[in-house]
Amino acid sequence: MTEIGLGHYLTLGAVIFSIGIIGIFLNRKNIIVILMSIELILLAVNINLVSFSIYLGDLSGQVFTLFILTVAAAEAAIGLAIIVVYYRNSGTIRVEEIDKLKG
Amino acid sequence: MIAHAIFFYVFSVIAVISAIMVTVSKNTVHSVFFLILDFISISCLFIMIGAEFLGMIMLIVYVGAVAVLFLFVVMMLNVAQQKNQWFISEQNSGHIPVGLLISAIIFFELIIVIGGWKYKPDLFETTNLITNEISNTHSLGQVLYTDYIHIFQISGMILLIAMIGAIVLTFRQREGVKKQSYLKQISRERSEGVEVLEVASHKGVKIDD
Repeated sequence: MTEIGLGHYLTLGAVIFSIGIIGIFLNRKNIIVILMSIELILLAVNINLVSFSIYLGDLSGQVFTLFILTVAAAEAAIGLAIIVVYYRNSGTIRVEEIDKLKG
Repeated sequence: MIAHAIFFYVFSVIAVISAIMVTVSKNTVHSVFFLILDFISISCLFIMIGAEFLGMIMLIVYVGAVAVLFLFVVMMLNVAQQKNQWFISEQNSGHIPVGLLISAIIFFELIIVIGGWKYKPDLFETTNLITNEISNTHSLGQVLYTDYIHIFQISGMILLIAMIGAIVLTFRQREGVKKQSYLKQISRERSEGVEVLEVASHKGVKIDD
């Protein structure tokens, strides 16, 4: 228990990843919380990459974590812009009412 | 080692609880605050494990930029009153058991992978070894600007495209806003601006406007 190894960090990453998945599936009201769950999933991926990088002694994992951070920031900006435009057009961001593509 | 274990458990418990609160919380603003707490505790873990640069970058990018962006959008869209009742749905679609089942399956698959993972040194050939002679930031810079320079440039391009895309998406041309036109100002001539009139005494001038 007192010896923290790679498995502990990977388990933490798995737990946060699963919580993010739960947040995407179970959320029915607010699409911003879905974007936050996506951020949680990317955070879990970052935890895995950094812990592998440290415990294997390879720096490439941290470099790729930096790139994932970049893409996550870009994705958050674009997603929030799309949400703002959608809210301006339709007046709602409730997940249940966004069903225009259903026909 | 004991201190490492204690700090790991403290930060990871805070991270997991705040991650749960992000999805469960009724108020969207509270969700954003729990997201910030989550990022802070994970960046503390990164700093503790030895990736100081990434921990600091995580604080700057996520807490300083992304979370503030979320807060701005929540404020602009006025969804704070609109409660986030994810347990209750108008049409009972049975999404809760399916979602929980799929999440549990994913979680146990990940746990099985972690439990069965073995470190195999033969496969492990790299040139980017972590050394203790130089700091984490220094070694990251040495790798990032040499081996990964093209990916680095492409990630900068991605940020530029995201910025342009966000501006184009949310840009709105309003009607009836008075604007300054430099071309009109510069190309204005005396003949269109000034009119010389003969003013008769005691009659004045009629200006049609």
